[in-house]
Amino acid sequence: MTVLDLTHSCDMQFVAEVARESGQNLTLCYQCGNCTAGCPFTFAYDLPASSVMRALQWGQRETVLACSSIWICATCKTCTTRCPNNIDVARIMEVLRHISRREGYAPEKQIKQFQDSFLQSVMRHGRVFELGTMMSFIARSRRLADMDLGPKALTRGKLALRARDIHGRDEVEKIFRRYREGLEK
Amino acid sequence: MSPAFAYYPGCSLEGTAVEYDRSGRACCAVLGIELTEIPDWSCCGSSPAHAVDTVLSGALAARNLGLARQGGFGGVVTPCPNCLVNLRTASRDLDDPDRRARINALLSTPCEGGLPAVSLLQALHEQAGPAALAAAVVRPLAGLKVAPYYGCILHRPPGLMAFDDPENPVAMDQLLEAAGAEVVAFPFKTECCGASYGVPRKDLVMELSGRLLEAAADLGADALAVACPLCQMNLDLRQDQIAASRRRAFGIPVFYFTQLLGLALGLGRADLGLDRLVVDPGPALRKLGTGG
Ligand code: SF4
Ligand code: SF4
Repeated sequence: MTVLDLTHSCDMQFVAEVARESGQNLTLCYQCGNCTAGCPFTFAYDLPASSVMRALQWGQRETVLACSSIWICATCKTCTTRCPNNIDVARIMEVLRHISRREGYAPEKQIKQFQDSFLQSVMRHGRVFELGTMMSFIARSRRLADMDLGPKALTRGKLALRARDIHGRDEVEKIFRRYREGLEK
Repeated sequence: MSPAFAYYPGCSLEGTAVEYDRSGRACCAVLGIELTEIPDWSCCGSSPAHAVDTVLSGALAARNLGLARQGGFGGVVTPCPNCLVNLRTASRDLDDPDRRARINALLSTPCEGGLPAVSLLQALHEQAGPAALAAAVVRPLAGLKVAPYYGCILHRPPGLMAFDDPENPVAMDQLLEAAGAEVVAFPFKTECCGASYGVPRKDLVMELSGRLLEAAADLGADALAVACPLCQMNLDLRQDQIAASRRRAFGIPVFYFTQLLGLALGLGRADLGLDRLVVDPGPALRKLGTGG
């Protein structure tokens, strides 16, 4: 279990940023623990959802942005569905993930590599090309995974061997390009 | 006559989940639900896009909503829960002027507003419904014990999805019962299967999908019925891996709910893509006396 030291510097600007980006009132959380109790990934989290909320209220910027939990969170929305104060906890986890990514944290490297590989495939083809995504993931992570699944997927026609490029491929590529340019501004 | 929907298959439906696409379209055709595929649709970004930025995922989904609007459709149907979340979220954001401007800044053709999106399950439940389905059944699924598994996000969060019960959904139960199956009370209906972490963090999927398979096995279910390509892949394609990691054999076939409905509607094995399932559905189907 991670013990939070709340005497660290409190970054209220960060708290305001997350509140604004997520549209949620963070002060409403009274630490009932419902989000943590329902979250299917609590067993794998370094910081349970309710602790993320607590650390956030206290402006523990570094603790929150560097934790694995916000990268593992699958946006299943159990927390949001069960919070008695109607806080969209999943949205907050998501906003934290966005900031964490923008600022170069990646405690779960392979999750980030997988996301990057997937989006690169969408950008190139307009529709995701699974095999290409896997190859790119293997190249990024230098790790061979799931070799046992290949034959099973292939024999059932579940694995396309060629990408299906769409006509609007350029438009999709431009979405990514404009997005990147926006970040650089 | 029900209205014509724009159909958004999503990438999985022409890859790993072709059988979901085929069986879903076939069921809709039998039940008089008209689907027209959005021409030249593109990927909505699935979960990686919204993990990176919601304006990016909003734009990827909005390109498709824009195409559907141009086609004059009043609503979109999608079989994939992940696509549904993205389409619904984008739709809501497009109705907010500030967010719409941010999304449109990324698009080549601006999208002027949202469009209602529903899951294939919702369309089948609302446009046809259990009674009409029961009336169309020619080969009841009598004797088949099915655990209905909805996955985590099909009905969540309730404010956004606005369909069925977010904690104890029943739409699929009702359709399967109308098809004559025996539906077991499955306590893990909406628990997460481990999502897309099979590749980067396999241990998470082994644990979460493992719990689901164990619960289904303990309840004596002959089969699982699912509504999500990712859930299906985790539970079916990875079932051997899970069995090894939990030292327990399962052999539980994982059908798309549309495959089971299609069987009851008298559609053929090939039309439903039953041969694409990794765990052999034969033993379960033999219980129906329809041959395995
Ligand atoms: S959305 Fe994330 S934090 Fe919330 S319950 Fe699901 S996995 Fe846990
Ligand atoms: S469920 Fe809501 S109020 Fe309870 S700890 Fe989680 S965020 Fe706070």
